[in-house]
Amino acid sequence: MVSRSTGDASVRMKAKLIITPTKAVLDPQGKTVQNALEHMGYTGVTGVHVGKYIEIDLAPGTDRVAAAKALDEAARRFLSNPVIEEYRLEIVD
Amino acid sequence: MRFAILQFPASNCDQDCLHAARLSGATARFVWHKETSLGDVDAVIVPGGFSYGDYLRCGAIARFSPVMQAVKRFADNGGMVLGICNGFQILCEAGLLPGALIRNRDLTFHCEQVFLKTVNAATPFTADLPNNRPSMMPIAHGEGCYFADAETLIELQARGQILWQYCDALGSVNESANPNGSVLNIAGIANAQFNVAGLMPHPDRAAETVLGSEDGRRVFEGMIAGLKRNRQAA
Repeated sequence: MVSRSTGDASVRMKAKLIITPTKAVLDPQGKTVQNALEHMGYTGVTGVHVGKYIEIDLAPGTDRVAAAKALDEAARRFLSNPVIEEYRLEIVD
Repeated sequence: MRFAILQFPASNCDQDCLHAARLSGATARFVWHKETSLGDVDAVIVPGGFSYGDYLRCGAIARFSPVMQAVKRFADNGGMVLGICNGFQILCEAGLLPGALIRNRDLTFHCEQVFLKTVNAATPFTADLPNNRPSMMPIAHGEGCYFADAETLIELQARGQILWQYCDALGSVNESANPNGSVLNIAGIANAQFNVAGLMPHPDRAAETVLGSEDGRRVFEGMIAGLKRNRQAA
């Protein structure tokens, strides 16, 4: 899926994908956590959105641009559902 | 009529669907998720359960299984497909039906009898359901809250694609009869061509008197009658 380049083989890259419900979607989990925070006395919270975090280990020497492109497609087609979720993808060393 | 009942790892209503289909007068057999072909069949049932452990999202992994590619081709050619519970979730994830099923509004798993109003009786899935009272079938799900954006909902309503709504025993569609927070009390829908339908309630678990309701069998019988009509017309 992800093409390799001849980059530094010692660099360990990861993709970090944060998936949250879109604002239009009812998020009962977020609402329940928000209520609990308020009951515990944590004031000033105006919204909580509970989502998912996916960490993907990439092979050493993976081409960053190609990886970002491939994983963005995977995030759209499979890892998130665009009907109900939005995502943020980050490639880190 | 020949029904294919799909089997995924952690399907758990496959036996119920096979039994209900046979009880309704169809011949039925299982098709394993790794199969790339459905064989010679007239209709496909995607049964309930927790396919692939509900990992990632309900139905998200099943959607990419080999058998679902065959189901997609079958549906694209006009084949009749019904998804029940997890099967409904799979059909939505596969893009064969619009929208998505999310966590129940109250975050709890609901296992109870519900009443359903048939919104559009002019489909094979609904034609044989009682027209003088609501149907009764059980639900058993944690993620059955139907969601679609406003634009999609307008289209669904305009085309009559909403097949079932949760209602009370008297047939009134209201908030207290909504078990999971589904928009517009939607319990089940069809695609724009009306050959693919999905619902969260279980017609397969309401197929004979001993189960408390026979209404569910009428969904299967309606499909069989529709297939017979299609065959005569061909």
